[in-house]
Amino acid sequence: MAEAKPKPKIKKEAVEMPKQAPKERVKNFNEVALGYTEAQALEEAGRCLQCVKPQCVSGCPVEVPIPEFIKCIREQKYGEAIAKIKEKNSLPAVCGRVCPQEEQCQAKCLVGKIGQPVSIGRLERFVADWERENGFQMPEKAKPTGKKVAVIGAGPAGLTAAADLAKLGHDVTIFEALHMAGGVLVYGIPEFRLPKKIVQNEVNYIKKLGVDLRLGYLIGRIHTIPELLKTGYDAVFIGSGAGLPQFTDVPGENLGGIYSANEFLIRVNLMKSYKFPEYDTPMRIGKHVVVIGGGNVAMDCARSSMRLGAEVCLLYRRSREELPARKEEIENAEEEGLVCRFLAAPLRFIGDEKGWVKAMECQAMELGPPDASGRRRPIPVPGSEFTMETDTVIIAIGQTPNPIIQRTTEGLLVNPKHGTIIVDENGKTSLDGVYAGGDVATGAATVISAMGMGKKAAKAIHEYLMNKK
Amino acid sequence: MRRRSETYKIVTKKELAPKEKLFEVEAPDIAAKALPGQFVIVIIGEKGERIPLTICDYDRKKGTVSFAFHEVGKTTKELGLLNEGDCLENLTGPLGNPSEIKNYGNVLCVGGSIMIAPLLLQVKAMKEAGNRVTTVIGARIKDVLFMEEEAKAMSDQVYVATDDGSKGYKGLDFLKEVLAKEKFDRCIAMGPVVMMKTVSDITKPFGIPTIVTLTPIMVDGMGMCGVCRVTVGGKMLFGCVDGPEFDGHQVDFDELIHRQRLFLPEERVVSELWELEQGGCKCGRSKA
Repeated sequence: MAEAKPKPKIKKEAVEMPKQAPKERVKNFNEVALGYTEAQALEEAGRCLQCVKPQCVSGCPVEVPIPEFIKCIREQKYGEAIAKIKEKNSLPAVCGRVCPQEEQCQAKCLVGKIGQPVSIGRLERFVADWERENGFQMPEKAKPTGKKVAVIGAGPAGLTAAADLAKLGHDVTIFEALHMAGGVLVYGIPEFRLPKKIVQNEVNYIKKLGVDLRLGYLIGRIHTIPELLKTGYDAVFIGSGAGLPQFTDVPGENLGGIYSANEFLIRVNLMKSYKFPEYDTPMRIGKHVVVIGGGNVAMDCARSSMRLGAEVCLLYRRSREELPARKEEIENAEEEGLVCRFLAAPLRFIGDEKGWVKAMECQAMELGPPDASGRRRPIPVPGSEFTMETDTVIIAIGQTPNPIIQRTTEGLLVNPKHGTIIVDENGKTSLDGVYAGGDVATGAATVISAMGMGKKAAKAIHEYLMNKK
Repeated sequence: MRRRSETYKIVTKKELAPKEKLFEVEAPDIAAKALPGQFVIVIIGEKGERIPLTICDYDRKKGTVSFAFHEVGKTTKELGLLNEGDCLENLTGPLGNPSEIKNYGNVLCVGGSIMIAPLLLQVKAMKEAGNRVTTVIGARIKDVLFMEEEAKAMSDQVYVATDDGSKGYKGLDFLKEVLAKEKFDRCIAMGPVVMMKTVSDITKPFGIPTIVTLTPIMVDGMGMCGVCRVTVGGKMLFGCVDGPEFDGHQVDFDELIHRQRLFLPEERVVSELWELEQGGCKCGRSKA
């Protein structure tokens, strides 16, 4: 049995997680990372110093008790390890896969000062997967409070808020606009990074907590928030995400073969068009795909395109240093054959006689002083126009919140520039009993930050409900 | 507590014309909010696609909504095989902006093919708002024209037109004479894109505000994917959340026609495969 006391000598290198080889994985949509074996997990867990004042926990937006769950792994008490995580995080199998741990918990890990930090994410994934194979344990639920809460959106923020509120004894209904729960976890993040079945497992766990899930309910159209409050809901949490795609606004954008990242990913992921014609939704992809953008969504589009058989070039207007995507994703994509063209932006899309894109006129950029985002601003280089041949373009330059809720909820204060709902630090909006969190409040961000806000809002909603009369 | 389980059961199936059917489906929450001009997204099964269909009636008391469809692709053909008592996998709605229904005075409503069904909902609403309503219903040939009696019962005047002249007027050119004789305050056109373009071209010189219902390709139908983008007055708008109704004199119809056909080859593949599975095409042509 492993000792709880730190070992005298810590290995500098983290235990690598097995992955599908690039040449193989680029031909399939199966998960790239294969997860630790038990022996690997035990070895990696052994590298944790079990700090008395753990810094990693403060790096986690939902404050998972990291040293404690790692201690349970060392003792091979995996059930206890997952229970520890689930005290704070209702979606560990998801977070273990898609959280940017290198910027959060692992960035603060003390072992990281002398070598590679402890692979907290991989350990989280290991115990979450262990639980899925060995059966869920239901957490204790508080006695019913008789209070009803409506949660809008079954994405990371909504699922987290719903789980926490249900555990606190409230009667929770989630209204999800799409026909499947998971939000960006099912329509955005591809199967090879986050298998749908894992999301469905996490959703089933939340349903088992007693949460009522309604699919195909677009709030703002079918019911409005004022109506929900009038028809018996005591509080509302809005986690409707950032689903509205941005376009480049350059001429020719409506030619055939040009997709928003959302359209491309919804077709490929949610509607499974990579299995067309077994699945009905088609996706037409050519041989030379250009993905415009540099975030995680752009990487997801690029890597999915390669799996559909295309050669992919990423066009980004800043340089490699400014790429907003996770480093791991960029490395994975380049291993799979992604070519990057930095410091360039499109000027117009050129169509063939049938109205399909055949080329793009671009312009080179250079970097000027930092802009509002803190990154160096790209400035067009005069006379640098060049033409790139392409038959498919995917525009991955960001998403903004869908305005339907904002338009149909009188008195809800919205940031006029970004379309985000204005909230305080606890997720409270300008309306009594209405809270919001995730991308709809912050603009497009990460899964874990959305979950963190869902958690905070759930706590605030609980206090609000229990103090109300 | 209100906790209805929505089963989306088909309660009425009506054959409007060969390959054109109307379903009335149990969906009380949708029925409670549906308005003329809005649409639903239909999903048949786990592997099915999401298809938008315009709402052509609703019954708030019974808790049902109706939509009509033309069996043209795999999903609509499969839909056509469902019967009363069968359930849809999911029905999402009401989506899109409702029509602006008010008393304009004299309104011309023009409907073509399958869209005659939802047009009559507009006719009804426009009548109830106090308008005089002239209705034009048209189809390719007389055999696929439907709801003539219903149109007559609810309109002040009805004209019938077919592309080949097999019934009523041949084409829509006759409208020019109608418009020259009678002043209209608003025109509603619902039907194939080419028909809506023709109507818009005819009403433009007369300065009649003309509202067309666009049915571009959609995936989610709620503003997420942007495949339904249309150019209206030089601006990019989304058919699903900015529409589906737009000013017909501002719409770039040619671009819309092109964008509607983007996935035609794939749609054919999936449709033909499905027909093979069903035991071959019923159209009479032999298959390789």
